[in-house]
Amino acid sequence: MSTVAIDKAGPSRKVKYGSMSRDRAWALRWSYFFLVLFAIFFLTPPVYMLITSLKSSAEISAATNPWWVFHPTLSNYVELLSSNQFLRFFWNSSIVSIVVVIITMVISIPAAFALARMKFWGSATLATGVFLTYLIPDSLLFIPLFKMLGVVQDYTGITLLNRWYVLLFIYPTLTVPFCTWIMIGYFASVPKELDEAALIDGASWLQTLTRIFIPVALPGLIAATIFAFTVSWAQFLYPLVFTTSVDQLVLPVGITTTLIKGDVFNWGQIMTGALLGAAPPLIIYAFLMDYYIAGLTAGATKG
Amino acid sequence: MADVVVERGRVARATGARKGKSLRNALGRKSTVAFFLTLPLILLIALLVLYPAFYSVHLATLNKAMTKFVGLGNFTFLFKRETFWMVVQQSCIFAITAVIFKAMIGFVVAHFVHNIPAKGQRKWRGMLLVPWVIPPAMSTLAWLWLFDPSYSAFNYTLSFFGVGPIPWLGETFWARFSVILVNVWYGAPFFMIMYLAALKSVPDQLYEAAAIDGANWWQRIWYVTLPMMRNIIAITTLFSLIVTFANFDIVRILTSGGPLDTTHLFATWAFQVGIQSSDIPLGACVSLFMVPILAVAAIFILRDVTKRGNEA
Repeated sequence: MSTVAIDKAGPSRKVKYGSMSRDRAWALRWSYFFLVLFAIFFLTPPVYMLITSLKSSAEISAATNPWWVFHPTLSNYVELLSSNQFLRFFWNSSIVSIVVVIITMVISIPAAFALARMKFWGSATLATGVFLTYLIPDSLLFIPLFKMLGVVQDYTGITLLNRWYVLLFIYPTLTVPFCTWIMIGYFASVPKELDEAALIDGASWLQTLTRIFIPVALPGLIAATIFAFTVSWAQFLYPLVFTTSVDQLVLPVGITTTLIKGDVFNWGQIMTGALLGAAPPLIIYAFLMDYYIAGLTAGATKG
Repeated sequence: MADVVVERGRVARATGARKGKSLRNALGRKSTVAFFLTLPLILLIALLVLYPAFYSVHLATLNKAMTKFVGLGNFTFLFKRETFWMVVQQSCIFAITAVIFKAMIGFVVAHFVHNIPAKGQRKWRGMLLVPWVIPPAMSTLAWLWLFDPSYSAFNYTLSFFGVGPIPWLGETFWARFSVILVNVWYGAPFFMIMYLAALKSVPDQLYEAAAIDGANWWQRIWYVTLPMMRNIIAITTLFSLIVTFANFDIVRILTSGGPLDTTHLFATWAFQVGIQSSDIPLGACVSLFMVPILAVAAIFILRDVTKRGNEA
């Protein structure tokens, strides 16, 4: 009797499994179909940048299929990479981004350590304040900052406007709050036993930070570094407002203002410049994708 | 052993440092250390974020030459200008439409990525996040070229379907459509990544339980996925609302506010008025109008973030 029941149950369940896996197979096929569609939507502009950058001006203005390169040439790359002006933009961007990353780390690591581990008067309020500062956009502050720089320049006689180094002071306002915020999250997740043990062994606060917190929270540190670098590299509004001379410009502003000459758009060069400008963040992303994504999601999932 | 020592310190602190001088010194030292560690951060925020923010309010009450206090004169002047109301309207249309589409596309794409076998997810995720990685000023140039009036690659493609050349950036409707499209393209991957992280954190047992109870896929999304993701959806959406509302790069590069100022947002109009026409007080005044909506969004984000912190 019981064997019969099992036999009966067997085939009916099998059929059900079959239909479920068929459903799953179809769901999978649809998923891939839509993913391909979205990937086309998301990747069209960068791919089109690459296509255009390989074309000569003559081919761009000819009425051929814009989605294909018939006579690929590297002349745009050669021209840009041998132009002092473009290399100057690249140099300015690199030096600004790298120094800003260093300044950001020097400010935010100790602050995050203090806020995560040393409960002191007002520490909770300060942590909240740091997060709120992160929500203040650049487009709210560029006008008062512009005026402030002008006033300081008049008082002290130090040229601040139209100098690339002023960006070193301004960019940290964008990077420090977020980096501090995610570092607080990472530092808070370090087990208390570790730093208590270090304190008992007679380590100073500084030693606890450098010997325990920084090594243990290294993934967070890398994520914060990547964030600071990409934000400084991509920043467009502040350099557009604060710098105007050609030799003071950073890459995004340099490409948009100097390669567009009046109404003449040299699209081959513009796309090459844009692609070269997008290259450093893309390369970092390609190699450190997991850290990049960890930093991206940390803002909302930690804390 | 360690526990005992620490416990003793805590008790002593709670009872008001009866232990004596050495403990008080240690406490004093600790807060001094903490103060010096946070000092650069406090200085940075106070000098380069808070001070400018208040300075902006002061600037907004001056006349164009910044010599005379005019009170709310700039504000009443703005209220009488038609362009200002157009900017308000366009900023709201832009931010709300873009955020809705970003959230929806992000949600759908996150589900598709979550659906496929775990092996391939990394590759797809990596590919789909590319728009977010490219600096927006650079990628907007590519869009500008795709929208080019005479060589538009989109119009070339559309011409095969018999759709006439579309004036992507030349007509009000299409220009507004284009700036929103570019913003959605840039921001949707961020939503996708956030939602994907949230989807991964929903325990499988919940779906199994729902499946046993006979829930179909729609009920699974509505009764399991959405409630579990509610917090992240709220934070991401509010955060994106702030960033989109304050957007500058895309509109500045694509249209510079044109045609006829119809695509201006607060940021781009403030730039045009304050920097290009060097009427700093009026520009400060325009950008200050972003504050109310930013403040509301910030309050809600803060509430969600602290709630999340308490749950964890």
